[in-house]
Amino acid sequence: MYISIRDRPAGPRDRRTRVAGTVFLLGVVSLLTDVSSEMVAAVLPLYLTAELGLSLIAYGVVDGLYQGVSALVRIFGGYLNDRSNRPKWIAAAGYGVSALSRIALIPAHGFAAVTAVVTADRLGKGFRTAPRDALIADVSDPAALGRAFGVHRTLDTIGAALGPLAAFALLLAVPGGYTSVFVASFAFGVLGVAVLVLFVPDRRTGGGGAGLPLRRLFTELAGPRLRRPLIAVGVLGLLTVGDGFLYLSLQHRDDFAARWFPLMYVGTNLVYLLLAVPVGRLADRVGRARVFLGGHVALLAVYLVAAAPSGGLWLTLLALGLLGAYYAATDGVLPALISPRVPAEARGSGIAAAQTVVVLARFAMALAFAVLWQFLGPSAALCLAAGLLTVGMVAAWRLLKGIE
Amino acid sequence: MSLRNRLAIFAAVLVLAVTGTVAFVVHTRRQQDQLVAAAPPVPVTDLAAVSRRPRIVFRSTAIGDDYGRVAVVPLADPGGARAFTRARCDRVYSRDGAAVCLYAKPGFVTTYRAEVLNADWTVTRDLPLSGVPSRTRLSPDGAWAATTTFVAGHDYTSPGEFSTETLVTPLAGGVSLNLESDFTLLVDGRRNGSQDRNMWGVTFTGADGRFYATAASGAKTWLVEGSIRDRKLVALREDAECPALSPDGTRVAIKTRNGQAEGQWLIAVYDLATGRTTRLAEKRSVDDQIEWLDDTNVLYGLPRSGVGPSASDVWTVPADGSGSPRLFIPDAWSPAVIR
Repeated sequence: MYISIRDRPAGPRDRRTRVAGTVFLLGVVSLLTDVSSEMVAAVLPLYLTAELGLSLIAYGVVDGLYQGVSALVRIFGGYLNDRSNRPKWIAAAGYGVSALSRIALIPAHGFAAVTAVVTADRLGKGFRTAPRDALIADVSDPAALGRAFGVHRTLDTIGAALGPLAAFALLLAVPGGYTSVFVASFAFGVLGVAVLVLFVPDRRTGGGGAGLPLRRLFTELAGPRLRRPLIAVGVLGLLTVGDGFLYLSLQHRDDFAARWFPLMYVGTNLVYLLLAVPVGRLADRVGRARVFLGGHVALLAVYLVAAAPSGGLWLTLLALGLLGAYYAATDGVLPALISPRVPAEARGSGIAAAQTVVVLARFAMALAFAVLWQFLGPSAALCLAAGLLTVGMVAAWRLLKGIE
Repeated sequence: MSLRNRLAIFAAVLVLAVTGTVAFVVHTRRQQDQLVAAAPPVPVTDLAAVSRRPRIVFRSTAIGDDYGRVAVVPLADPGGARAFTRARCDRVYSRDGAAVCLYAKPGFVTTYRAEVLNADWTVTRDLPLSGVPSRTRLSPDGAWAATTTFVAGHDYTSPGEFSTETLVTPLAGGVSLNLESDFTLLVDGRRNGSQDRNMWGVTFTGADGRFYATAASGAKTWLVEGSIRDRKLVALREDAECPALSPDGTRVAIKTRNGQAEGQWLIAVYDLATGRTTRLAEKRSVDDQIEWLDDTNVLYGLPRSGVGPSASDVWTVPADGSGSPRLFIPDAWSPAVIR
């Protein structure tokens, strides 16, 4: 990994080089923001039940609903990015809303207030993702996009891992001090916004002009260059079983998994964070579409390991490692795959469209897979999903043929 | 703005954020210590003596070192001196000679435990548990324990993965039954197999392996009657959650939305023979599984907003809709009556 403070994409001469300084800055913004949000996420269930005496059941129902809203806000964030052509400030608005929501948690004691605050956080997250990724794409050498997104996602995931640590360290110092956690989380959020506002250059991704009108934007999104990858991504998303189900099926099978259920998420994240950069570089070298498909081969392997009748420690660890590899090969590689295919003026919307397709397709799969799970049992349902994914991968491979 | 100015502003923000947070944390810590020091001492009594009489077992939320510990008070003097056990639980339920205790162990990765305790409050068995403690009950014959926990998907890219997990476990040993996957839900005689089903809040009857619980699907909830032998859940009434069976077995206390906003519940009593529902005099929203004090009064917990760690009290109200709510045990949560 090279560190350099530069804001220009590398010229054709030094191709093998550096990730732009802006990418690191945006990574630091994400790191601080993820520390902030994961701090709260880690203690929120306990806070709601133990401190406020709310039942999580009601909270969860509404939460599911708002997650869907977040997917649509994502599109809106992308669209606004391309209309206004000010990615930095659109992203700053999203980060700002999330940061403010932390401090709003302190007076929020009722059910409605807490859900409103959590929703504001989610909306902020949905809103900022596309403009941020558009900015990363804009400052990076098109040939090293995979690595740039890899660097960003690594920093992001480090923040996600540090957040819970920070939260529980605070709770050790101040037993029951949830308010302290919210205050500290707010401080991290503010620092993130400060780095963004003060140091990230206010680039016009569209090359300086005013933004695109809605109709042209739509034409770009439905255009032939984006149509095939979007369909491929949608097909693969539809065949992606959520990690919640994968963890559950591992847990069903052996005692180790049942006991360490909460650690699975950490293990997956660790692998993701270690692999994000190398896999991003690999994507730049051998083709992003190929690596994106390769990630789904890892996912297929996870299905098969999780479906196997008997497990044991090593197989469970293998499954977690493969799942981390899948995230490394898809999460950051997707915007790297999409952004060169859209003109700079429509980049935010293009990235947002791809991410929304993934979220909605996975949501549909989550509903469908729950039915399969119930009628066939975990093992058979996963085998069926593995079969379908194989077919889907062949289809996606054909759709992505000729795409870098 | 020059880089130098920007760095200066950032340094200022950094210093403000760090000192502000540290000051707040230190202040909170000091305030907490003062609160503990200033808290009126909780009158304490002898556990063995209280445990011989009809009594109420609950989680004590009085500020101090015993915060979160399970305490016992005599039924005759609920507001009086309490005897502390050694167990610490977020949710507790007890019968004579046995208790079940759910708690969270906060840590880098928070884990959740469910334990069965004997008359000496020592752990005799671990129950499987995979989420945030929500409800628990023991059957009157001591054969079964029920636990409800909240399990949420971690990945926020796959929305809507939320569920409760309700397990019914034979205390003598053996596998737990999952209400969602091991039972058939029948609504109006038809099988409801929808994927978003959730079950919670079990209350056992005296008879072998029968119980009431909540089933939910879509935006609807039902009071269901369950049978462990038949592995069936039959819906009795819509819009009813967290049932609690009266000691005489004729009525079920429930919480009901009754057209109110999300997160608001009224408490009511449903008569199993006539199907009639009577609203109770409590006007505040109650989010708890009710416990019957006797055949004419119910108990429930209400959070109390205020300073310090979560404050809550146990209240009582007549079960026939008359009267008015009355504070029953201050600084208490999750009551279980042992007659």
